[in-house]
This record gives sequence, C-alpha cells and structure tokens, in this order.
Amino acid sequence: MIEMRELRKTFTVRVKAGRLRREKREVAAVDGVSLSIARGEMVGYIGPNGAGKSTTLKMLTGVLSPTSGEVSVSGLRPVPQRTRLALRIGVVFGQRSQLWWDLPLGESFRLLRYVYRVPAAEHEARLRRCRQLLDLDAFLDTPVRQLSLGQRMRGELTAALLHGPEVLFLDEPTIGLDVVSKQAVRSFLGELGRTGDVTLVLTTHDLADIERLCRRLVVIDHGHVVHDGTIEQLHARYGSRRRLVADLDVPLPPGFTLPGATMTSTEADGHRVTFTLESIAAGAAVAALVTAAQVRDLSVVEPEIEDVVARLYTDVSGAP
Amino acid sequence: MGELRAYAALFGGRLRSATAYRTSFAVEMVTNAAGTLIDVVTVFVLYRAAASVGGFTLDEALMMTGITAFAFVLADLTVGNIDQLETYVRTGRLDAVLVRPLAVLPQLILADLPLRKLMRLAVGTGVLGLALARNDVDWTPARALLLVTAPISGAVFFGAIFVLSAASAFWWIDSGKLGHGFTYGGRDFTSYPITVYGSWFRTLFAYGLGFGFVSYQPALTLLGRADPLGLPSWAGYLSPLIALVVSAIAAVVWRLGVRHYRSTGS
Repeated sequence: MIEMRELRKTFTVRVKAGRLRREKREVAAVDGVSLSIARGEMVGYIGPNGAGKSTTLKMLTGVLSPTSGEVSVSGLRPVPQRTRLALRIGVVFGQRSQLWWDLPLGESFRLLRYVYRVPAAEHEARLRRCRQLLDLDAFLDTPVRQLSLGQRMRGELTAALLHGPEVLFLDEPTIGLDVVSKQAVRSFLGELGRTGDVTLVLTTHDLADIERLCRRLVVIDHGHVVHDGTIEQLHARYGSRRRLVADLDVPLPPGFTLPGATMTSTEADGHRVTFTLESIAAGAAVAALVTAAQVRDLSVVEPEIEDVVARLYTDVSGAP
Repeated sequence: MGELRAYAALFGGRLRSATAYRTSFAVEMVTNAAGTLIDVVTVFVLYRAAASVGGFTLDEALMMTGITAFAFVLADLTVGNIDQLETYVRTGRLDAVLVRPLAVLPQLILADLPLRKLMRLAVGTGVLGLALARNDVDWTPARALLLVTAPISGAVFFGAIFVLSAASAFWWIDSGKLGHGFTYGGRDFTSYPITVYGSWFRTLFAYGLGFGFVSYQPALTLLGRADPLGLPSWAGYLSPLIALVVSAIAAVVWRLGVRHYRSTGS
C-alpha cells in the first residue's frame, strides 16, 4: 500500500557566517528511508522532535516533493498525482484544520461531500457511524471556532474519513487532548483498524497511542530509521527487562543472589528491593524469593516503552 | 463536472462564512466602496489640476482610467486575495489545501474570495461608463468588440500579475509589499496615458511587462487616435494575447512554486 525507497528530503538553510555573509547549508530532514507498509497495517511512526516524521508524512501525502528516492502510496506517486491520491487518502494534521472555521461542524461535512465527490448514501452512512462512535451530535451545529480541541479533533477525524480513504495519515492526532478525548480518539482508531480495510500511519509523541493501536513501530531519528518491528522486538533488542519489586519484613542477608536476576536497587534500608529479571521467568523468581525471604508485598513491573524509546533516542543521538 | 460542484461548494462555504458576521460584513463592504471612490477621485483631482495629460484631453485620458478601473476591480475582486498566500506559506496552512483533491489556486481563490470588495465593481463600471459618455466614440463592430475584450483582458492580465506577485512567497516569505509594486503600481501606471512617464521607465513597464496594452493602446483605438509613441492602431487589439501570455507565465511560475513549497515543522 505504501512503498518508500531511499527517500530523502533535504532543505537548504542559510546560516550566518560572519557579519554579512551567509552560507547555504544542506540539511537532510529525511535521509534514505526505505519502508514498505501493507494494506490494513497500523504503523506507529515515532521519533524525537525534528527527526523527520512530519516531513515523511508530507512526502507521502503529496505536500512536499522528495529530493531523491521513490515513493508510492496506493499505487500513485504523491506529488505528480496529488489530486487523484487525495481522493484515496485521509489526512489529519493535528495543527492544520480541514474544517470551515466560521461554519457549524455539520456544514463542513456537507461541503466535504462535494469536495470529495462522495455519493449521498455513502456519505450519510459514514457520517452516521462517526456520529455514533465519536459522539458528535452534541456539537454538530456549533461553529468550528467555538469547539474545544477534543471536539475539533473528533471533527477532523470524521472529515478525514467521510470519503472512505484506503490510507489514513495522522500527524499527532492526540496532541493536547485531555484524557477522555484521547481515549475516545484511540478507541475509535482501534475500531477502525479492526476492520482491516484501512491502512493507518500515525505519528505521535504519546507512546500509549502506539501501545494501544499499532502492531508495528517505526522509530526514526536524524532522518534514519533506527527501528522497525513490533514493540516486543523493540524490548528484546534493547534489553528491556521485567522487574520484580518486593517489600520485605526483614532485609535480605548480605550476599544474597537470585540466579538469573540482578538486584538493581535497594530502598528503605533494604526493606524494598528491585530485581531485574534476565534469564529467569517471573514465576520462578517470585517462588525463589518467597522461600528465601519474608516477603510482605510483591509486584512484577512490565518494561516501559517510554524508557526504551528514551534510551533509543539518546543512543542514536550520541552516535556520530 | 464533479469538480465544478466541488468549487461551487467551496464558493458556497465562503459565502456563508462571510455572512456569518452580518454587520461587520456590511460595514466592510461600504468602507471598501468608499476607499475605491477615493482612489478614483484622486485621479479626477489630478486631471483638474492640468489642462491636458501627456498630450491627451482629460476626457480622452479618462478612457484609460475607465478601462483600468473596471479591469483592476474585477481582478482584485476575484483573485486579489491571493496575496494571502504568504500567510498560508508562512504558517504551513497550505498543507491542508494540498491534501484536498482539487487544484491549489482555485481553492485559495475561493477560500478567501473578498466579497466585501463587491461594491467596487459598481465604482469601476461607473468610471468606465463615464469615460464612454464623455467621449464621442465612432462605433464600429470592431470597436464594440474591443469595448468587451479590453476590460476583460485587462482583468485577466491583472489577475495573472496578482498570481505572479503572490507566487513569489513560495521563494521569499516576506515578498508581499514587493508584489504590491506590480499590482497596485500597475493599476496606477495604467490609469494615465503612458506618455506622461519617463522614457526608460515607460519602455520597461508598458512594453517590457505589457502594461501598455491594458488600457493605453485599447483606449487609443476606441478613440480613433494615432499613437504619439508610434504603435499602429491594431496594437489596441493585442490585449487578449498579452493577457494570455502573462497568464501562461503565471501558471508555470505557480506550478514551480507549489513544487518548491517547504511547509513548516508541526
């Protein structure tokens, strides 16, 4: 559905060099990205600020022309075939509205039906579904400028879907939303993904979006893909470990070891210890600890994707 | 066909957005018409101060003012707000325009159609009407045709100039005022007989950039006067051709500009 081969985008920036002289310098925002995304996949595209996420998305949607490399979406080349492609994709750029600011939300939807030339019955059916799933009825008659950010984002999602796109591009769809709106947007996208008809590419800073929605995670930094795989693979590759946290009545004897695990911290004078599990199953580690010590409370902590990604960003940024 | 419906929908959306604030819309419309009236009065005041303008009687010169007034007002009303492109480029709002299944230029024109300038059309028509009333035109079928083609071609010409000067924002973000030199400056240039201008300046603007064919040459042909600068009378009929050429250039530059668009980080 989406193919990118050695995709590059460089920008020329003028840098001050001396009092009056300015030097031109080429900066690669996207530097040789090759990816292939199949129909129905839900892909999370993440990276630190300025990594090239939005630039990639803009090349996929025909907004920016690539400097070099090849790109095709839905069998079309985005820039030369921009208007044809636009009929097949849906785009939500968190910061750029598709809605008519001064008109009621419902009016925007009506106008978009003509812009995308959608048969009335199809339009009606899709709108009805969005109204249910995104709870739009309460503010359908409100001018867009008066909507809250969460309401507007639900409107933007609907606007992007009314023409039944094959591919949906979402740039930061949950940015700035409150917890409830985030949940609404996520569960809606989850619902959409389950049908398997829509291919979804999502950029976000909120990794919970990815955990909830995307089987596949692509991490980009400095214009390069630094990880492409499932979240589990990311954990495996970067040595994310589960941790066992135990509250003890009596501190462990000095020199105590748990085979297959390392003690990574002790707190409260040894009354709380944390083991990082390396080659031992959580169950076995719990059993071993319970027999060896007087345990009051126990918990197994899953690895945090935030930690892994933070580590990933610093790793890559540190490398030349 | 579907595309026409789409553009019609965009126009409808613009119409309803503009009238969403009725009072402010009405006030803007009136002040706008008043502004145009002042522009026209300025020309009259200038004419009253002199017995003749560049070798033409005041009434003859008024013919040039009239054709320009109508042409410019029509262009300004339809594509004048394309100078908003600068804002679209600077804020990256053009992204949202580019992901729609329609051409960029008509979308922008329809999204910002300055309906508040509607009354200006009446002022422009009035000036042209006055010019025709004050001159004794020897009507022939060719001249009647010219009366239609000259103002329309002039409007197309000015429209292309608007697009060209706006498109510079694709390369230089702060190009707005530079563009005004060619749009509003072009209107002022063509409001008077070009004989009043200095030689090199006149050659550049009138013949090099084509402004001389907007109102000066057609007016001469309508009035049946020989060109003191030596062009034959059929030069008055060239304005559609000139308009076409400038439009083609504008279309090419526009396309290059859209490809050159850099967007902004989000």
